[in-house]
Amino acid sequence: MVAITWMRKHLFSSIGNSALTLFAIYIIYISVPPLLNWAIFSAVWHGDSRTACLDPNSGACWPFVKANLSQFIYGRYPASEIWRVNLTFLLGAAAIIPALIPSAPAKKFNLIFLLGAYPFIAIVLLAGDRPGLVGVDTTMWGGLLVTLVVAVTGIVVSLPLGILLALGRRSEMPVIRMLSIGFIEFWRAVPLVTVLFMASVMLPLFLPEGFSLDNLLRCLIGVALFSSAYMAEVVRGGLQAIPRGQAEAARAVGLSYWQTMGLIVLPQALRHVIPGIVNTFIGLFKDTTLVLIVGIFDLLGQVRAQLSDPNWAVPQGATTGYVFAAIIFWVFCFGMSRYSVFMERRLNTGHRK
Amino acid sequence: MSDDKKLMIGIEHVHKWYDDFHVLKDINLTVREGDRIVIAGPSGSGKSTLIRCINRLEAHQEGKIIVDGVELTEDLKRIDAVRREVGMVFQQFNLFPHMTVLDNCTLAPIWVRKMPKAEADELAMKFLERVKIPEQAMKFPGQLSGGQQQRVAIARALCMTPKIMLFDEPTSALDPEMIKEVLDVMVELAEDGMTMVCVTHEMGFARQVADRVVFMDQGEIVEEAEPEVFFNAPKSERTKAFLAQIL
Repeated sequence: MVAITWMRKHLFSSIGNSALTLFAIYIIYISVPPLLNWAIFSAVWHGDSRTACLDPNSGACWPFVKANLSQFIYGRYPASEIWRVNLTFLLGAAAIIPALIPSAPAKKFNLIFLLGAYPFIAIVLLAGDRPGLVGVDTTMWGGLLVTLVVAVTGIVVSLPLGILLALGRRSEMPVIRMLSIGFIEFWRAVPLVTVLFMASVMLPLFLPEGFSLDNLLRCLIGVALFSSAYMAEVVRGGLQAIPRGQAEAARAVGLSYWQTMGLIVLPQALRHVIPGIVNTFIGLFKDTTLVLIVGIFDLLGQVRAQLSDPNWAVPQGATTGYVFAAIIFWVFCFGMSRYSVFMERRLNTGHRK
Repeated sequence: MSDDKKLMIGIEHVHKWYDDFHVLKDINLTVREGDRIVIAGPSGSGKSTLIRCINRLEAHQEGKIIVDGVELTEDLKRIDAVRREVGMVFQQFNLFPHMTVLDNCTLAPIWVRKMPKAEADELAMKFLERVKIPEQAMKFPGQLSGGQQQRVAIARALCMTPKIMLFDEPTSALDPEMIKEVLDVMVELAEDGMTMVCVTHEMGFARQVADRVVFMDQGEIVEEAEPEVFFNAPKSERTKAFLAQIL
């Protein structure tokens, strides 16, 4: 009875509302059952080769994903060295997860490890080239590994650099202001694809002979600078929302410029723009797929590469592969989105009426 | 006026322009230790600009401003040295909304004076008691009334144990019933011998507390006199017109 009362009130309160409710039910009816049918009920779950998935009426070909899972995650990383990637992932997760939980202990140490030590540990572990470790060239890296390396580097570099650029753009010193504006407007006006092409193809032409930079590293730098420009504008939006009196009051009690920014202005400004910052992170995470055009195989690129494998040429192979990639991207992006909602709620309690 | 007291603020032939607009025209003002100066005048007369020049929230373009023996120039070290000794209270309070009242007060002692936190807390509580709101120490500014916020702002400035206090229209943003609680605190401060420069429209306060009232109009100091003379026998016609309007 409660259910019927609730439905009357919320779903069928007027003719218009009832029509919308019925329309929504129709949309669900025509979309969800076929999707579930494809992904679960008529999907192929077991098999060792393409023969399992040859039935033209069958749904998703999950054995294709299972057989290629290693490539999707690690690319062409040598099988005997994969433990190094796993260890890097594990260390990263162990450092990031407690850093994201506000009540977790030893925050300071945690952040110092995450931002100060972890990047170097990760480089040594992944690239090797140290006594005791076999060097693994970045051309062998691929899949989710590359996606995460590009995205995490972009995120970690773009936030602090973006903050500096945003402060620079509002600086009273003309030289700093002009440089910041020039940097931001240049990188924002150039498509990321162009940036990656320049980094990969043109930059080596300008570098002195005998001096070479790794292709992946060049792309990392390109992505990081590109996203810093976007981040700068997001942060600037937050800075503009803070009344001038805040900085004046801080300067008047004797705080220096950096103390004023670090203790008074930025904590308030960044809080205002958490949705924008996370939006930029999510955009960046998905834009990592563009490294494909300079011959680096991220998760999506690796899925595409495995599609041409004749051993797995099956009717539903491409769809299954793309859906798999989409699910992985969705999980990461949705996680970031939920975390930002959580942080906003947390920061908005306690003060302000 | 006794000249044997220490010179705290010396302003000599100061001019300031916003682009073509001449905001301050040949300002001369001397403030000695313990002086209580009230600056009055119609809005747009440059009185807020003048007081903001004293701790260099605004820069002057010509003339000299010397505060506590330090001449204000572009030199950031000098500016910081002056700001450490000069407290300021703003019309809009400008408390830091993301910090508790206590943290608002201890911020500068901890970061600028490098005071240990426990000592800073104790100092802050002392001044919060003096402005009569120690029980609000753990609240955030947004939870306080305007009058309480302004008293916190005064306590925050006092925590740096300044030699000079600047008040920039401290009661103009307050509801009438809260003006008194802020003025009471300011009167007490004056009675304790604090050197004060106040921009205010509270003529009762000026009469009660000021050693001198400075009247500004259109960027100039029109008249400077002791309160009895200023209110009862102003010389300038502009002063008379102003007083006729507000009294």
